[in-house]
Amino acid sequence: MLIAAILTLAVGTYTMRLAGVLLRDRLELSDQLQRLLPMAASALLAALATTAALMEGTGFAGIARPAGVLVGALLAWRRAPFVVVVLAAAATAALLRLAGIE
Amino acid sequence: MRTPSRTPDRALLRDAAAIAAAMIAVGASFGAIAIAYGLPTWVPFLMSTAVFAGGAQFLAVGLIAAGNPIAAVFAGLLLNARHLPFGLAVSATVGPRWRDRLIGSHLMTDEVVAFTLAEPDPVRRRRTYWLIGITLFTSWNTGTALGVWLGGATGDPAALGLDAAFPAGLIALILPSLRDRDTRLVALLGAAVAVALTPVLPAGLPVLCALLGLAAVFRPRRRIKTSESPTKTSGTRPEAEDDRRTESEEASC
Repeated sequence: MLIAAILTLAVGTYTMRLAGVLLRDRLELSDQLQRLLPMAASALLAALATTAALMEGTGFAGIARPAGVLVGALLAWRRAPFVVVVLAAAATAALLRLAGIE
Repeated sequence: MRTPSRTPDRALLRDAAAIAAAMIAVGASFGAIAIAYGLPTWVPFLMSTAVFAGGAQFLAVGLIAAGNPIAAVFAGLLLNARHLPFGLAVSATVGPRWRDRLIGSHLMTDEVVAFTLAEPDPVRRRRTYWLIGITLFTSWNTGTALGVWLGGATGDPAALGLDAAFPAGLIALILPSLRDRDTRLVALLGAAVAVALTPVLPAGLPVLCALLGLAAVFRPRRRIKTSESPTKTSGTRPEAEDDRRTESEEASC
């Protein structure tokens, strides 16, 4: 049962990954629609980042994590290198938690 | 115009190393949690190699440990459904060869897609996809093994602030695309919809509902003569004139 569940999840996930890659050729998309594909990806990634930053389960994530992400986002906006963004976000959240602020 | 260099440039390797380090730490916590739940050792290994999707894996081991493997499959698939639109967006980058498509599809994750779309040059884009994809697959599985081996000694990723590192990294990668006015509108609307729906919908659905943000560029085309769109933000698109748009109230799925 356990192995069947994991393999089903694996095959299903792989199918969805491959389906997008293969479907792209089969679809005759107008220029207007083609322009929407990277937009759709950006919207999904923005939604992932925002929900991961703000929410924990169905509630709010507290202070430390959103504050860390905010620091990272501000640095990214000021065109700081990716490594700096990631490290600053992690360090901010970790230090706030160390100070007892969740 | 610079010609693409033969080797991946330093900045990309540095970024890959940074995200690999974070992936090892989070992968270790995944391995440790799976073992702490009392699951057999092969479970985290099989998941990290065959499923290779962090969020779905954490969700699935939790539901499996709670004795509900069927829910684990459905929740995991729902969470991973976003890979279909991701696949449409990166298909050209993965390339036309079957071998590349079969292997490349398995390497597709949020971070790979974000890194790939952040790179405008097609040649470098392709290299980015494979470099980041292989790096993440390797580091995620290395981390999983470390977690299984070290167990609880790996520590809590939240204490290291890693839960803030991943969203910040994604934001850094999508920010350049948000300079385009339409993309910015779609992304912001999508993110707002997803956050608003997170308390009421099962995991995975709110993020998919972010696609409703596309409605922002789908409204009926009409010119509003009074609107003088600021040209500094959107100089590249011919249809930039009809830029006055109302936030559509599409928050229901």
